[in-house]
Amino acid sequence: MGKLKTIARRTFLIGTAAIAGGVAFGYYAYKKPGENPLLPNLAEGESALTPYVKIDADGITLITPRADVGQGAYSMQAALIAEELDVELDQIRIDPGVPSATYYNTALASESAPFRSTDDGFLAQSTRGVMDSLIKFLGVQVTGGSSSVPDAYEKLRVAGAVARETLKLAASEKTGTPIEQLTTSNGFVVMPDGSKLSYIELAPLTSTIEPASEVKLRDPSQWRMIGNPMQRHDIVAKSTGTLIYGIDMVLEGMVHATVKSSPRKGLMRSFDATKAEKMRGVQKIIPITNGVGVIADNTWRAIQAANAIEFDWAEAPYPHQTDEHWATLEASFTDDHLDSQMRDDGNVTIGLAEGNLVEAEYRAPYLAHAPLEPLATLVKITEDRADIWTCTQVPGFLHSALVKLIGLPEEKVHLHMLYGGGSFGHRLESDSVIQAVELGLAMKGTPVKLTYSREEDMAQEYPRQIAMARARGSHKDGKVETLDLGIAMPSIISSQLGRQGLSVPGPDTQIVAGAWEQPYAIPNYRVSGYRSPELAPISSWRSVGASSNGFFHDCALDEIIHAAGADQLEERIRLIWHEHSRKTLEAVGEMSNWGSDPGPNRARGVAFCLSFGVPTAEVIEITNAEDGIKIDKVYVACEVGKIIDPVNFEGQVKGAVIWGLGHAMNCERTYSDGMTEQENFDSHQGMRLYQCPEIEVRGLENSDTVRGIGEPPVPPAAPALANAIFAATGKRIREMPFDKHIDFV
Amino acid sequence: MIKLSVNGQSHDVDVEDDMPLLWVLRDELGIKGPKYGCGIAQCGACTVQIGGVAVRSCQVAAGDVDGEVTTIEGLGSPQALSAVQAAWIEHQVAQCGYCQSGQIVNASAFLNENNNPTDEDIDNAMSGNLCRCGTYPRIREAIKTAAKTLRNS
Ligand code: FES
Ligand code: FES
Repeated sequence: MGKLKTIARRTFLIGTAAIAGGVAFGYYAYKKPGENPLLPNLAEGESALTPYVKIDADGITLITPRADVGQGAYSMQAALIAEELDVELDQIRIDPGVPSATYYNTALASESAPFRSTDDGFLAQSTRGVMDSLIKFLGVQVTGGSSSVPDAYEKLRVAGAVARETLKLAASEKTGTPIEQLTTSNGFVVMPDGSKLSYIELAPLTSTIEPASEVKLRDPSQWRMIGNPMQRHDIVAKSTGTLIYGIDMVLEGMVHATVKSSPRKGLMRSFDATKAEKMRGVQKIIPITNGVGVIADNTWRAIQAANAIEFDWAEAPYPHQTDEHWATLEASFTDDHLDSQMRDDGNVTIGLAEGNLVEAEYRAPYLAHAPLEPLATLVKITEDRADIWTCTQVPGFLHSALVKLIGLPEEKVHLHMLYGGGSFGHRLESDSVIQAVELGLAMKGTPVKLTYSREEDMAQEYPRQIAMARARGSHKDGKVETLDLGIAMPSIISSQLGRQGLSVPGPDTQIVAGAWEQPYAIPNYRVSGYRSPELAPISSWRSVGASSNGFFHDCALDEIIHAAGADQLEERIRLIWHEHSRKTLEAVGEMSNWGSDPGPNRARGVAFCLSFGVPTAEVIEITNAEDGIKIDKVYVACEVGKIIDPVNFEGQVKGAVIWGLGHAMNCERTYSDGMTEQENFDSHQGMRLYQCPEIEVRGLENSDTVRGIGEPPVPPAAPALANAIFAATGKRIREMPFDKHIDFV
Repeated sequence: MIKLSVNGQSHDVDVEDDMPLLWVLRDELGIKGPKYGCGIAQCGACTVQIGGVAVRSCQVAAGDVDGEVTTIEGLGSPQALSAVQAAWIEHQVAQCGYCQSGQIVNASAFLNENNNPTDEDIDNAMSGNLCRCGTYPRIREAIKTAAKTLRNS
C-alpha cells in the first residue's frame, strides 16, 4: 500500500493529445514536483512526452518503447497498460513507437529509475552505477541494466488508468450518467443498465475534455493479469516462422548489402576490389568509414564479393596479443590505478595478519555477445525523407546520431523499431546502423538492406570486459574473518561512451559491481577497483561488471569458507545481514536439500550475488563422470519484488543461468595480431542442449521494489559451478572458461 | 535454371549451382522462415527438410537439392498449426525466437522418425541447434508434448 501513496504524492503529469484520427493518452510531461500537475490538451509535437495509449478508428494500440530483444519486454509493457485500461491482450496492437522529439526526454531519465530519487536505501545504491551512466548519457529510451520492469511498473499502469478514467469521463459527459456509476471491461465503458460504449467510439470525445487528474491505481488484489501466466504477444509468430526481424525485411526495389571494416578496429589504409567488382550480382562497391560496402542482388553474393576484396588494415589501436592484455591487467593493481574503494570495513591489514591466510587470483576473458541474428538494418533514404528499420536498445540516442549523419530535419528521419533476434547488450552499439545509413546515402532512392556475415559480426564485436582479481582472506575460529578483493579491468562505461565522444567523470562502479555491494557482514572487508588502461574496445554484456565480479567475489569467499572448515551455505547465511538476500540462500538450501548426501561422484556448489538490486542464490549439482563434469541440476532463488508474468519470468531466469554457465564452460575471445581468433560459433559456442541441466526456479516477492530479471541470474552461475567442481574434484578453477582446466561431458 | 520444389510449389531459379539453398530460399524466393545464423553448419537456424530429412540449408548447394524442400512455412501456419508448433506455443518456448524456426523444423523431422523419444534421443537430435537465449528446457518439454500429440493422432 505504501506504494500507492507514493504514486499519489508524486502526481504523474499526464495529458491527452489529438492525433490524426484519434487520441493518444499518457503523454508525460516532466516537471518539477509542485507545479501544476495537469497538462491538458497537449498539441501534437509538444515537447517532452511519451505516449503509451493510442486509440483511433483502427483500434487500440499500446506503445511499448523498451526494445524487445527476446526478453518479452513488449508483452510485459502492454500487460501493465492493459491491466488498468481494462483491455485484453488479444484486443490490442503493440507498437514500439518511433523515437523523435515527441517521444523521449532526457529529463525523464532521473525518473526512469523510480527508486533513485525517492530511495537512498542500500539496494538503490547498488543499482546506481548502471542507471547513472547509461541512462544519463544515452537518453531515456534505453533498454538495459534490467531496468525495463522497474521503469515501467508504475508508469505504464498510470498511463492505462488515466486513459480509462478519461474515457469514463467522456462517457459520462455524453450520456449524463455520473462517472461513479460507470465501469469498464474489455475495451468498453459499461453503463449501469449493462449497455456498452466502446473505447473506440469514445476516443474522439476525449480530445476536448480535461483528462482525469486523479487516478488511483488498483490494489494488487484486484489485478486480472499481473502476476498470472500470460501468453506473449509474439509467441505464435515466433513459433511459425512468421515474425519479421531486421534481416528479413524486404522493400520493393531493395538491394542487398554487406560490409567489411577493420577487424582491428582501426583504419583502412587501402583496398582492392578488382575481383569483387566482376562477380555475379555485384552492383556497386562503396567505400564507407574505415571499410567497404558491397551492393548486390543477393546477400550471399554480397558476402562472397566482400570476401574477395583485398584490404590493407592499419594496426590495432590496442595490444595485438591477448597475453599483452593480461599483462596490462596484472600491472594495474597499483595505487595510481585505484578507481574506487567503496567497501572498506574493519581493518583488512590486521585481519590478514592475525587470521589464517588464503590467497588466490582469478581471470575472466573477453566474450562476444553474438546474438543469433547477425546485425541487419534496412534503410531507405530519399531527398526529403529517411526510413530506417532495425532493432536497437538506444533508439533516442541513435535517432539523434542518424539525424546528424543524414542531414534532414529530425521529423523526416524515421527510425522503425523491430524485434531483435537476441542482443545481450550487442544492440547498445550502433556502428552497423550507421554503416547502413552511409550505404543508403550513397544509394539515394534505393532501399538497401545491410546484413553482417557472422564473421563480420564477431569481428566487429565490442566484447565483454576482460578482468582479473586478486583476493586475500583469512579465517579464525571456523569463521570468515577477512576478505580483501582487488579487481582490475578497463572501464566499460568509458569505453562505451568514449566512442560517442563523451567522458564520464568519477569512478566506474561497474569495475566493482557484483562485489563491493554484497550484503555480507565480514569483519574486515575491502573491495578495491583498479581501472586498467583501455585495451580492446568493450561494451556492456548481459550483467555487465557483475558477469566477471560475481565469479571473483563468490569463489574467493568459497575458498575462505572452505579453509575455515565451515559449511558453504551456513557460513554465507551467517554472514549476510540483508534479510531479502538471506532468504534467497535459505530458499536454495531448502530446494536443493543442502546437506543431504548428493550420491556417489556427485557434489553441490552454492553461490550468491546481488546485482541490479536482485539478490540471487544458486546451487548447482554435478556428477564427476568418467568423461568429464556433467551439470545435473541448478536451483535458483531470487528476490524481485513482484513477478509480472511467471511464465516469462521463469524463461528469463533459466536463459540467464544457461547464458552464465555456457560461457563459463567454453567461451573466450582472444586476439592475435589485433584480430579476434573466434570468428564463428565453432569456436565460441556457449551451452548446447545436451549439456543443459534441469533448472528449478523460485521467485521471491518479499521486497516492495520491483526488479527486472534478465541479468541477475548470470553472475552466480559460474561461481556455483566452479564451487561444485571443487567440491567434487578438489580442483579449484580460477579462470574462465573452465574447459581450459577440466572436461565437460 | 535450377528446378526446386518448396512447400509443394515448384520454382525455376537462375542461380549459381553452388549458391547455398538458404540464400535461394531467402533472397530469391522470399521464404524467410529459414534463418541465417552462422553459414557453417554450427547453429541450425537455417534448418529445412529435404525429402523429410532435416538438413542445414546453408550447407546444401542449390544444384544438389534432390527432393521436396519443406521449410517452417510448409509445416503449418498461425491459422493451421502443426502439432510441433502448437506444443511450442503451449510451452512458450521462444525468447528472441530467432533460432526457433530451425529448432521446430529439426524437431519435426526427428519426431516423424521417433514419436516416443527418450531424453537421450532428444539430446542427440537437438544439440546441433544453438539457442543463444537458452530456451533448451522448454524445447525439451515442447518436444515431449508434441510427441504425445503425434502418438495419439
Ligand atoms: S546458418 Fe546454417 S547452421 Fe547456422
Ligand atoms: S530463442 Fe533466441 S536464440 Fe533461441
